[in-house]
Amino acid sequence: MLHSTRLDRQAVALRPARNAPLTLRIPEPAARPGEPVNFSKLRLSAPGAVRRPALDAEPRAMHDLAYELIRVLDENGHAVGPWAPEISSATLIAGLRNMMLTRVFDERMYRAQRQGKCSFYVRSTGEEAVAVAQAAALESTDMLFGSYRSQGLLIARGYPLLKMMGQVYSNALDPLLGRQMPVMYSSREHNYFTISGNLGTQFIQAVGWAMGSALSGDTRIAASWIGDGTTAEGDFHYALTFASVYRAPVILNVVNNQWAISSFQGIAGGDEAPFAARAVGYGLPALRVDGNDFLAVYAATKWAAQRARSNHGATLIELFTYRAEAHSTSDDPSRYRPADEGAKWPLGDPIARLKQHLIARGEWSEQKHASLQEEVTAEVRNLQKEAEARGVHGNNHTASPKTMFEGVFKEPDPRLLKQRQEAGF
Amino acid sequence: MATMNMIQALNSAMSTMMARDPSVVVFGEDVGYFGGVFRATDGLQKKYGAHRCFDTPIAEGGIVGAAIGMGAYGMRPVVEIQFADYIYPAFDQLTSEAARIRYRSAGDFNVPIVVRTPYGGGIFGGQTHSQSPEGLFTHVVGLKVVIPSTPYDAKGLLISSIEDDDPVIFLEPKRLYTGPFDGRHDVAVKPWSVHPASEVPEDYYRVPLGKASIVRPGEDVTILSYGTMVHVALAAAQESGVDAEVIDLRSLIPLDLETIMASVNKTGRCIVVHEATKTSGFGAELAALVQRECFYQLESPVERVTGWDIPYPHAFEWQYFPGPTRVAAAMRQAMEA
Repeated sequence: MLHSTRLDRQAVALRPARNAPLTLRIPEPAARPGEPVNFSKLRLSAPGAVRRPALDAEPRAMHDLAYELIRVLDENGHAVGPWAPEISSATLIAGLRNMMLTRVFDERMYRAQRQGKCSFYVRSTGEEAVAVAQAAALESTDMLFGSYRSQGLLIARGYPLLKMMGQVYSNALDPLLGRQMPVMYSSREHNYFTISGNLGTQFIQAVGWAMGSALSGDTRIAASWIGDGTTAEGDFHYALTFASVYRAPVILNVVNNQWAISSFQGIAGGDEAPFAARAVGYGLPALRVDGNDFLAVYAATKWAAQRARSNHGATLIELFTYRAEAHSTSDDPSRYRPADEGAKWPLGDPIARLKQHLIARGEWSEQKHASLQEEVTAEVRNLQKEAEARGVHGNNHTASPKTMFEGVFKEPDPRLLKQRQEAGF
Repeated sequence: MATMNMIQALNSAMSTMMARDPSVVVFGEDVGYFGGVFRATDGLQKKYGAHRCFDTPIAEGGIVGAAIGMGAYGMRPVVEIQFADYIYPAFDQLTSEAARIRYRSAGDFNVPIVVRTPYGGGIFGGQTHSQSPEGLFTHVVGLKVVIPSTPYDAKGLLISSIEDDDPVIFLEPKRLYTGPFDGRHDVAVKPWSVHPASEVPEDYYRVPLGKASIVRPGEDVTILSYGTMVHVALAAAQESGVDAEVIDLRSLIPLDLETIMASVNKTGRCIVVHEATKTSGFGAELAALVQRECFYQLESPVERVTGWDIPYPHAFEWQYFPGPTRVAAAMRQAMEA
């Protein structure tokens, strides 16, 4: 499906001709714009079908989990199988609300960018369960090393949306004083590590943080998130090596949303083996999880967190999902993938699936859902007005330009005091 | 007081800080059980345990990346990159991360790490055991760059670097580890024990960052140098008969511009000496600063005596290395200008 039969491995191996010209395979996605969506090669397990190993299971005794897909919610929204977590309806409803809040926030900030009110934005549409369910499964004191698509973590931790908007607008509310592009949040208070534009760097940093926690006899763990594309960076290898060698209390998450800007996950090596399977060679346990299944994500993260807290070390979790929208406001996915690919994603939408589950539980209704949707929309809309009253990008309602010369070092830098004077601030 | 060579002084600095501060941890390739390929961490694991001093995989980007995370946690990692020539895999973590985390997080997070790394030539180290990459790091805003030239300074500067809340690149001139090499490769190198700066307090003391040291007062020409070249400059002053004022910068970032300006304004002449290649080296920054700040006092052009703009060669060690003859020639030339 992904490449021509001429280049198929078996065909090449069987070709008897000596000195036949070598050929190089360039992986191609199953479908390009204008072609029918093709998900025939996805490796999906049935809901409830994957076993749940003991917390202290040897990594070598659970290789199969790197190739299966942990799913809890079946097509009727019932929680099935050994991974079905013990989780209260209140927690689920809070999770649903945070996912809806994240989606509405994303949509409104996306539109703000289209209106020229901010320079840039990145939506996490379709991936809300990854952030929100994982945040719910971790302690608030655990340190999160997210990516630029991890806004749901901050939202789930109760970070003020007004400040997030301030960061996106680079206005007077921006806690980062206009120094960072939108969505590169940071909050020590919420144990959310400063986001970097450099891909993958946080993965090994999270391992180092976890090593520090273990060296100090602390009880906190770290978690980090990177995308499928970023697994190709050297930092991914560093992180897995160090996490394995030192048995660091860290959860290493690969959010496989199938796309790295325009590159499909096969360009990162995902066609040859699931990203979870990378862990096998490092002697780390791996879980491959339906990223649009709130309960499965929650259960897998809880398992990995408990494992880390019991000094059994790190776990790699591949969260299998789909990037439903453009990579960023600077991207147009219709140029490289079928327009209806996201809508046909076989694992559905994380919000719709949790809603269905809550209704199946008898804890939710279409009416309640609609009013919650109204509520979060109104909340975001009102906050957005408040945020925009404090300035939007480019209208000089930022922090004073003199602050741009501060904080390079802890102590004031004499060179920069001089340059600030030269600049006239 | 004890008599120490530079390796022992560095070891003493780390040991002193590990004893004082439980958040100080030391790690890198071969630094744990074995004590380092240059012995700089010898005995630390035995003394403080494997949780304070340990071996790492051969992954410079991993070492620095892990140190950054550990620093963000609240530890003070002192990590070793076995040779400065092998620091490049960690370049992304140093320039994109360590240097910027305080700034980009508006002070939410900081990275109090020290990256120790042996650098410099004069040891037939060829292309990948001789490099002087300091200019790559002085160009990175947010990094401090420190280079000692004596055992006394090595300990005091390393302690200051460990205590500093910003990331520090601590470059150790490996040619000076066992003795004050002055570039005269045809005469036997004396051990540190005959040099007064080998008298090193066994306890805690600091040599502040951002403070240069005038190692030879003079009236005729100012020599700006650091690391091994400090000793080369002293030998060159003797060889040339020029009354040179030799300044050991000790830290390049932060830079002691006041001491530099006071000296050049007095002598009216300035020569920058470093082992690193010339083009865009730190000498270019020094020359630009001196001509800007001391323009009306200068009696000759600011000169640079540096490594040639070539990869560090093996067989041509002494044709590459800016030894005392080349530096002395530059001194005499400056006096004639």
